[in-house]
Amino acid sequence: MNNNSKSGSGVLSRLLRSQIVIPLAALLLLIIFNLIFDPSFFVITPKTNSAGNPVLSGYLITILDYGSELAILAIGMTLVTAASGGQDISVGATIAICGSALLRVLCGANSRPDQLQAPIIVGFLVACIVGMICGAFNGVLVAYFKIQPMVATLILFTAGRSIAAWINNNELPIVPDPKYAYFGGFIPGIPVPAPVFIAAICIIVIFLVLKFTTLGLYTQAVGINPSSSRLNGLNPELVKFISFVILGLCVAVAALIKTSRLSTINYSVIAKDIEMDAILAVALGGNPLGGGKFNMWASIIGAYVIQFLTTTLYKFKVSSDALSAYKAVVVIVLVVFSAPTVREWIGSKFKKLTGKKGVA
Amino acid sequence: MGNEVLKMRGIDKVFPGVRALQNVDFTLCKGEIHALMGENGAGKSTLIKVLTGVYPKDGGDIFLGENLEPVTIKSPQDAQNQGISTVYQEITLCPNLSVAENMFIGRQKGSIQNWKKMNEAAGAILNELTIPAKPTQQLASCSIAVQQMVAIARAVDMDCKVLILDEPTSSLDEQEVEKLFKLMRDLKAKGVGIIFVTHFLDQVYEVCDKITVLRDGQLVGEYEIKDLPRVQLVSKMLGKELDDMSDIKSENATYEKKEGETPVFTAKNLSSTEAVHPFDFHINKGEVNGFTGLLGSGRSECVRAIFGADRNLSGEKTKDGKQVKISKPIDAMKKGIAYLPEDRKVDGIVGDLSVRDNIVLAYQVLKGALHPFSKAEAYKFADEYIKLLDIKTASADTPIKSLSGGNQQKVILARWLLTHPDYLILDEPTRGIDVGTKVDIQKLVLKLASEGMAVTFISSETDEMLRTCSRLIVMRDRHVVGELTGDDLNQNKIMSTIAGGEKNE
Repeated sequence: MNNNSKSGSGVLSRLLRSQIVIPLAALLLLIIFNLIFDPSFFVITPKTNSAGNPVLSGYLITILDYGSELAILAIGMTLVTAASGGQDISVGATIAICGSALLRVLCGANSRPDQLQAPIIVGFLVACIVGMICGAFNGVLVAYFKIQPMVATLILFTAGRSIAAWINNNELPIVPDPKYAYFGGFIPGIPVPAPVFIAAICIIVIFLVLKFTTLGLYTQAVGINPSSSRLNGLNPELVKFISFVILGLCVAVAALIKTSRLSTINYSVIAKDIEMDAILAVALGGNPLGGGKFNMWASIIGAYVIQFLTTTLYKFKVSSDALSAYKAVVVIVLVVFSAPTVREWIGSKFKKLTGKKGVA
Repeated sequence: MGNEVLKMRGIDKVFPGVRALQNVDFTLCKGEIHALMGENGAGKSTLIKVLTGVYPKDGGDIFLGENLEPVTIKSPQDAQNQGISTVYQEITLCPNLSVAENMFIGRQKGSIQNWKKMNEAAGAILNELTIPAKPTQQLASCSIAVQQMVAIARAVDMDCKVLILDEPTSSLDEQEVEKLFKLMRDLKAKGVGIIFVTHFLDQVYEVCDKITVLRDGQLVGEYEIKDLPRVQLVSKMLGKELDDMSDIKSENATYEKKEGETPVFTAKNLSSTEAVHPFDFHINKGEVNGFTGLLGSGRSECVRAIFGADRNLSGEKTKDGKQVKISKPIDAMKKGIAYLPEDRKVDGIVGDLSVRDNIVLAYQVLKGALHPFSKAEAYKFADEYIKLLDIKTASADTPIKSLSGGNQQKVILARWLLTHPDYLILDEPTRGIDVGTKVDIQKLVLKLASEGMAVTFISSETDEMLRTCSRLIVMRDRHVVGELTGDDLNQNKIMSTIAGGEKNE
C-alpha cells in the first residue's frame, strides 16, 4: 500500500512538472465548477434541427463546435510563437480577408447570385492561397526584416478588415447554396457538427507533419537559439517564415468555418478578437510566449478550455458586454497559476504535504 | 585568528537526483585571495550560488565577520546588501545600457536619478581602476574584457567585504588578466576577501594565498599555496594521479606529410565580412593544425570564414582537390566539415532542448527535414556518444542548459562527431572546462587525427596548442603573420612571431 502511494506520488509529481497539466487543471476546475452549480451543463440531447436532421445538442457540443476555429488557429499560433518568440495579432483580420476572398470566388461580382459561380473547393483553395500570402507577408517582415512580430502583424491587424471589405466592394455577399452551410453546421445524417471533423483533420495533419518531418525540432531550435541553429546548417529566417505561412493556412480553414456558419460575412465583426483567444490558448498550454519549446497538445487543449470558459460564462447569463471582464479575471488566475515560479511553489508545498502524510 | 570575514560550515545542497554539496566547509579571511578549485561538477558553482542566495541551502550555516549568529541569505540582492558581491563567468550586465548605468543599476536610493552625478562617479571609478571605457558609452560597444572589468568595478564599488570572481579570466587575454590581477591585489590590500574560481592553474599560483579543493560535492581540503605543488593540486582535484601530459605530444609525432598528397581542404585568398585580411590555408588528412594569436587577432574569424559562418567576401575553396562553394554553414556540413564554435552559450548549445536533441541536431539537418530520426534512433545516437565521451548527465532527456560547462561542450562535440566529418574545426573547445576534460579532449583530437581526420584546433592556451598541433598558423591584427612547424613549435618562437620580432608579413 505504502509502496503504491509512493509510486502514485511519483507519477503525480511527474505530471505536475509536465506542461500539459496546466490546461488540464484549468479544464478540471471548469468541469467541477459546472458540476457544482449546474450539472445540466453536461447533458447532451438528441434533437432535430430546422433542416430536419437528427443532431446532438448541449453545451459540450457547443464547446466542441465553436472551439474548432480556435483549436485550428492555436496550431499555427503555437508554431509562430515558438519560432519567432512573438505573436501574430492579425489573425482575426486575415480571417476577414480570406473569408471575403472565398465569398468573392463563390458569388462572383454579383453579391446575390442565384447559384454558385465556382465550386466550393476552388473558393477554399483561393482562400488558402490568400491566407498563405498574408502569412508570408507577416513572415517576411518578421524573419527577414527582423521586425517585432506584434508590430509587423499590426499592419494587417489594422488594414485587414478594410482590405476584406474592398475585395467585395463593401457588399455582403450571401452564398446561395445550402451545401455551403455544411462546413459550419451539420452534414445531413451526421449528428456531430462538421467543424469538429474539420478541426480533427487539422489536428491529425499537424501531428503527422510533426511526426514525419523535423518541423518540431527545427522550430524549437530556431526559437531557442537562432545563432546556434544557423551554425548547425538551419536557415532560421526560413523556419520563421514557414511558421507564419502555416498559420496563414490555419487562418484560411478557420475562415471557411466562420463564413460557412452564416453563409455570409460581416467584415468588422467576423472573428473579432479571436487572435487574443488564440494567443491565450498558447499561453494556457504553458508554452513560453518568448519562443522556444512548445507542446502542441497543450495548446490545442488550451483552445478548448478557453471555449469551455466562454460557453460557461454565456450559460450563466453573463451579458456579452461584461463577458470580457469575467474572462479577464479567470485568465489572470489561470496565467498566474501556470507561471513557472508559482508552479514550483505549489510543487514544493505539495511535496511537503505528502511528506508529512508519510510521517504521520 | 579572528579575522575571518566568511565562514561556511557543513553546507549541504541537494538537487533532484544529485547531492551537489555534502558537508562542505569554507573559510575566507580578510585581505586574502582564496582559490576555489575543482573539476566541472565538483560543486564550486553550487557553493557560490548558495553563498550568494541564488539557491537556498539544504543544510549548514553561513557566518559573516565576527558574528556568532548564522545569517540567511535570501537572494542575490540580499547577499549584496550583506557585502557579498559576485562577478560571474558569463557577463550578467545589460548590454544596451551605458557603462555608468550598468555600474549603478538597481542601487539608487531614491527614485530620482542624477545622471550627471552618476556619470561622474562612474568615471572616477573607471579611472581609478584604469578601465578603458567611458561612462556614457554603451556597454555592448566595449570588448568582452572591458565588460568584465565593468562588472568587477560595479561589484567593487559596492563596499563589499567578500568579492567572488567566478571564472573572470576565461575571456581575457594575458595583458588584461595582468590588469585584473593588479586590481585584485589592490583590493586585497584594502582588506577585501576574494574568492577566485578558475580553471587556470598558472593564475592560481600567481595571485592566490590559499586553495580550497572540492571534488564530487565534498571538501577535499584547504591548503596554503606554498604547501601544495601543482601536480598535487591537480591530482587532488581529479582524485587520481594525472596522466603525464607531456606524453601526449609523442603520440602526435606520428603525423608526417606524404608527398604529393591532396590536401583535405584548401582556401585561397579567403576573407569575410569580419575584416580578416585575405589568407591562404590548407590542411591534410590526419593533420592537426591551429590558429594562434592574441585574443581578437582574428583566429576565430578565420575558421568562421572557412565554415561559411560569416559571409565570405573573397576566396576560393577546395575540398579533396575539387573546387567547392561554401557560402553558408549547411554547404560546409554537406562537404564533411564540422565546426565547434567559440562561444558555447551563444553559438553552440540550444539551451532548452534535451541533450539528445542537441546531439542529433546537426546530423538531422544534414539528413534533411523530411527524414526525421525516430525516437529510438535518436536515443541510440545520444546514448552512444554520452558513453563514448563520458558525458555526465542525468539522462538523454535532460535539458542541456542544466549540464556543467564541460559536459555541454562534450555534447556539442558529440553533435559534430555524429556527422562523421573528415575535417573538424574546434574553436576553443577547452575554454572554461576542467583539467581532466581538457586532457580528454586533447587526447580525442589526436586519436581522431590518427584515424585520418583533419583537425584545426584553436585555444587561448599555448601549452595546449603545442601539445596537439603539428603546425601553427600565427595571427596578429587580423593578418596571418607566420606558420610554425617542427622545432619552431615552442613558446618563445610563438611569442616572438606574435610580437612581430623577426618574421615579416
